[in-house]
Amino acid sequence: MPESRGYYGRFGGLYIPEILVATFDELIRAFEDAKADPSFWAEYEALMSTYSCRPTPITFAGNLTEDLGGARIYVKREDLNHTGAHKANNVMGQGLLVKRMGKRRVIAETGAGQHGVATATMAAKLGFECTIYMGEIDVERQRPNVFWMERLGATVVPVTEGSRTLKDAINEAFRDWVTNMDSTHYALGTACGPHPFPEMVSWFQSIIGTEAREQIQQIAGRLPDRVYACVGGGSNALGIFSGFLEDEGVELVGVEAGGHGAGSGRHAVRLSYDDASVGVAQGYKTWFLQDRDGQMQHTHSVAAGLDYVGVSPILADLHEKGRVRFEAATDTEVIDALARTVRREGLIPALESAHAFVQAFKEAPSMSPDQVILINQSGRGDKDIFTVADAFDDPKWKAFIREKARAYDA
Amino acid sequence: MPTTLESVVRERLAERDILLMTHIVLGYPSFEASLEIVDAMVEAGVDLIELQIPFSEPIADGPVILHANQKALAAGSTVERCFEAAHSLSDRHRIPLLFMTYYNIALQHGLEAFAKDTAAAGLRGAIVPDLPFEEGEELLDALAAHALDPIFIFSPNTSDARMRAIAERARGFVYCVARKGVTGAETDFAALDAYLQRCRAATSLPLALGFGVKSATDVAAIRGKVDIAIVGSETIRRIDEQGVDSVGPFLRGLR
Ligand SMILES: Cc1ncc(COP(=O)(O)O)c(C=O)c1O
Repeated sequence: MPESRGYYGRFGGLYIPEILVATFDELIRAFEDAKADPSFWAEYEALMSTYSCRPTPITFAGNLTEDLGGARIYVKREDLNHTGAHKANNVMGQGLLVKRMGKRRVIAETGAGQHGVATATMAAKLGFECTIYMGEIDVERQRPNVFWMERLGATVVPVTEGSRTLKDAINEAFRDWVTNMDSTHYALGTACGPHPFPEMVSWFQSIIGTEAREQIQQIAGRLPDRVYACVGGGSNALGIFSGFLEDEGVELVGVEAGGHGAGSGRHAVRLSYDDASVGVAQGYKTWFLQDRDGQMQHTHSVAAGLDYVGVSPILADLHEKGRVRFEAATDTEVIDALARTVRREGLIPALESAHAFVQAFKEAPSMSPDQVILINQSGRGDKDIFTVADAFDDPKWKAFIREKARAYDA
Repeated sequence: MPTTLESVVRERLAERDILLMTHIVLGYPSFEASLEIVDAMVEAGVDLIELQIPFSEPIADGPVILHANQKALAAGSTVERCFEAAHSLSDRHRIPLLFMTYYNIALQHGLEAFAKDTAAAGLRGAIVPDLPFEEGEELLDALAAHALDPIFIFSPNTSDARMRAIAERARGFVYCVARKGVTGAETDFAALDAYLQRCRAATSLPLALGFGVKSATDVAAIRGKVDIAIVGSETIRRIDEQGVDSVGPFLRGLR
């Protein structure tokens, strides 16, 4: 029986069906062993520096800094990871753990498709069988990622139950796992779910914060005043925040998906609006967007990767303790910030990451030029080309798609 | 009526060698129909019934019950209506009725209020499949305070030590999951003996076996090995395919 059940204040825990208890015991043991073994982290860093692009750089956003006329803006470039997002950090780490456990098959849920592509890539490299569960709606809006997952050898299963998005994909992955746990590891993609996932995913993602703390001091000559990250489940945020948790002077800001805004009922904001309440679902206790009966509600975001009903129990606790401040960015603000970042810096943040940029842009002008802002660019926006082109209502893009369709029909 | 669920089960076991527990989702396909289904089950001689309060994230349930949960919610099944339905069912029928639901439903209702209202609705206990005993102290205390029995679950990969720890908290009977996986798939009943011996060794409570029981052959295969056969998904599947009227004949044919 595990000693810790993964509580962070009153959040977290391990609420699982009896059939999975032995599997979680095994996973917790394997994780504890790996954590205690310095060679495991060394192997992880070596893999990430040769197979991915670690350490990822920090870029000074000079033009945006000048435009906004306040704090100096720096960007941590998780978009430069192999497969284009911070998701690779978690996935390669779990992949090494799967090898240690001697399992042969990995499964994962995916929203944006980013975690699915990362998992399929890991499976291809490490030689595992791979099945990815993805809400039917997300399959439709993230076709390029589905294409790559399948090319990488994964089976992509569209989930047609429930709201047909990320939470339903997680449920289906659990259903697979309770049947196939002997051969299979479930590589959960964010710092949510039952213990040890929140801790384990945050541990792998802490590579972001460890690097960033050292880099920013070299580049900017000081610690940042504020660090911004978007928050879906919370893994990229916890990754970068973890580097600065002990630095009291560093304000940590998590930005949630405001969708159509407060009061619209069409958003995925758990902590910075008043719509969520504390509950237990998908194996853990946190703030959920749920109705009075405890039924999970539909969420919305232009960014599929933030379109989720719950939030990391570690972040819920840091929120309660006042260590992390939470804000929300709406879909339209996100598209504007994305356009601006592309145009002024030549950086293409993912729609998810652009949420963090929105809040930084709001706050930078009222800060002084000797202050420092660090934004976590969790991923690159190429994958969002269809959504972004639609948001910009780009006529040439539409003509291209029409032409392509005609060519297929011919 | 005897006071404890366990004694009701034992009394029935004096009359027949295996009991039958069935399952419905409250509000599926409609509230009216779910009441009719229970009536038909009781008429067919079923000994216990699980009434599932639907939840949007039923991670321990397979596709058939998952779908029924979602249909029930879409049709407007609320927790309040489930309590009302449970109340009218326990008024009509004398066999033990149990709630089956996920922890969040009880948590949002208020754990004490959940126990109080469950008792007031005339139910005998609750099965909460996503609540390991380590997380369940508060709900267990609330249930105990209202003389309700928590039904715990054993699975084939539950260790002997853990089975004993679960047995200390279990009341009424123990729900033995026949195999890995979710509800509603195939089970090889012949391979169960060693597992069921471990279950017997861990508890003196009656044993119920579920997951994949769907025919008279299955029931015959476990007769003499367990005290209660649980039929879940199969009834729902029949209702989906053949309507409410098929429930009685199906259940009567099982033993
Ligand atoms: C690029 C990117 N950023 C952020 C997220 C949100 O996840 P998390 O909050 O766990 O970092 C996702 C999820 O798919 C993503 O793809």
